[in-house]
Amino acid sequence: MTGRLRRWVPTGRTLVTSVPYLWLLLFFLVPFVIVLKISFSESAIAMPPYEPLFHWASDKLLQVRLNLDNFAFLVEDNLYWRAYLNSILVAGVSTLLCLLIGYPMAYAMARTSASTRNLLLLLAVLPFFTSFLLRVYAWIGLLKNNGLVNNALLAMGVIDTPIQMLQTDFAVYVGMVYSYLPFMILPLYANLEKMDLTLLEAAGDLGCRPWQSFLKITLPLSLPGIIAGCLLVFIPAVGEFVIPSLLGDPGMLMIGKVLWTEFFNNRDWPVASAVAIALLLFLVLPIMYLDHAQNEAAGDGDGEPN
Amino acid sequence: MATPPRATQQIFEPWTDPDAKPYVRIEKVTKKFGDFFAVDDVTLDIYQKEIFCLLGASGCGKTTLLRILAGFERPSSGRIFIDGVDMTAIPPYERPVNMMFQSYAVFPHMTVEQNVAFGLKQEGLDKAEIARRVGDMLDLVKLGPFARRKSHQLSGGQRQRVALARALVKKPKLLLLDEPLAALDRKLREHTQFELINIQETLGVTFVVVTHDQEEAMTLSSRVGLMNHGEILQVGTPSEIYEYPNSRFVAEFIGSVNTFEGKLIDDEPSFVRIESAELESTIFVDHGVSSAPGATVWAAIRPEKIQISRDKPVIADNWGSGIVRDIAYMGDVSIYLIKLDSGKVVRVTQPNAYRHADDRITWDERVYLHWHASSPIVVTR
Repeated sequence: MTGRLRRWVPTGRTLVTSVPYLWLLLFFLVPFVIVLKISFSESAIAMPPYEPLFHWASDKLLQVRLNLDNFAFLVEDNLYWRAYLNSILVAGVSTLLCLLIGYPMAYAMARTSASTRNLLLLLAVLPFFTSFLLRVYAWIGLLKNNGLVNNALLAMGVIDTPIQMLQTDFAVYVGMVYSYLPFMILPLYANLEKMDLTLLEAAGDLGCRPWQSFLKITLPLSLPGIIAGCLLVFIPAVGEFVIPSLLGDPGMLMIGKVLWTEFFNNRDWPVASAVAIALLLFLVLPIMYLDHAQNEAAGDGDGEPN
Repeated sequence: MATPPRATQQIFEPWTDPDAKPYVRIEKVTKKFGDFFAVDDVTLDIYQKEIFCLLGASGCGKTTLLRILAGFERPSSGRIFIDGVDMTAIPPYERPVNMMFQSYAVFPHMTVEQNVAFGLKQEGLDKAEIARRVGDMLDLVKLGPFARRKSHQLSGGQRQRVALARALVKKPKLLLLDEPLAALDRKLREHTQFELINIQETLGVTFVVVTHDQEEAMTLSSRVGLMNHGEILQVGTPSEIYEYPNSRFVAEFIGSVNTFEGKLIDDEPSFVRIESAELESTIFVDHGVSSAPGATVWAAIRPEKIQISRDKPVIADNWGSGIVRDIAYMGDVSIYLIKLDSGKVVRVTQPNAYRHADDRITWDERVYLHWHASSPIVVTR
């Protein structure tokens, strides 16, 4: 009797773990299902602006109308393809730039004295104290033709006419790297900071010059940090909407912008939902594969009797 | 070389040979961290094929000295020679020296095999040569079956052997071992000690071992250098250090000892007599002492060199009496703590030679202590 009761009374452990699960269920899975549902419906001039998926034809007949047209549309119209590819390109380049800039910063932070380290860590997260939007706006002031950068260069006599920086890809990359750099630095720092430095001494002892120790020991051991940082930058960067629309060329094709246009300008919720779902699949599937491959690698040779 | 065969096994004692050339020479090495002298003017010669132990409590500078030998620290002054070459300014990756770290520092992202091959790849040897040497080394440390495992799949003892193999496979002129056995449990430690000695004898590599464990130092080493506050207090074979300590600190650091403070009342070249307020009788020592007249000296007597009896010994010197305050039965020996009438507590160990001893000395009994005139060591500091 008590045994059966106990099975239904949750233990402290399940209670604790259920909190994040519940959170994800409520704020991720449920909205996802709603978006998925909308992506299969038909656009309509109504409120909400789409046809219901489920429809009672008569008393006992439930009609389900799955409209695959929206997804077909994504494939047919090459605007979407180009937007996806361009987004992935921009996000990829931004991620690479973040990695190249962030790795030395994280490395330097992890290797300085404990007191300096905390100060640097604070500085790295300091931008978060200001609104993201304001910070991107600030870049307009810096990069525009009569902005701070151009004026400084003109005053120093480096250039005669202002350089067009705003509304170029350059400005988008500046904004992307600037905004997402902390997301690269923090996981890398966390990884590099806990590294056992005697491993480097051991490598030196076995004949490695400092740069060889870095390539053979530090870099491979920081791979989890690199992957975490890259994902944290790449994923939001692909769907980024604010930075390209404020700093970039209005004609720049980014999937986040397309999504925005479909949703707010065209009021075509089903197509917008289909764009969102497709984007999600684009991102989640490779990451799941990566995660799987990583687990395989980590469990390499586990329990082999050998 | 045409050396005539010897009837008896030659004793390995190069340090007694004035013509022997030291293999490692530490010359007036000082290392300062700020105002702190981690190593203070150390001069030390180590000979080829020795197992030299640097022994001392934590913070005595032994690890710093080891790291100076490895090249991880630059001495503030002084020089290091290995096999006649000045190594003082040579970076670790160019020294013919390898180190086994206390934490073992086995590379976690590599297999056992890759760990051992790491140093050889760095030398740019060809693949067949690397494979052969790695295979031989793994056999030597009995890790062959674990070649493809990673660090997290190994036990502490196996990791220790990976670290050892990885350092030895480079055929270093000098192998440095930082607390090589500290992380192993007692049984494994004893076993590994003898394994280490065997490997060292097989390969003939010179070992410098850092340890805080005197027992480890005694079993492993050909010679011990006892360090305190960055200085080397005494260098000698384990038995020299134990039987002939040159100071109270050395006597008390290695094993346990009873020291009686006193003054010389007879000071002859062949014997001395010491009067101590802590003892009823005078202490007669059958060797001379170099000391300023009237200076305070200490007679140090090891616990196992004192006898206990119920009857008063009929000798003029070298005895005392007291009450048994505590007995610790250790199996092979028993430790008696005896409080003398002066209030001083003396530690005595007696072997438990007989299984049934109904008449054993027990708590609160009045007993007499005595010892042979050759037992005390007189130290002047």
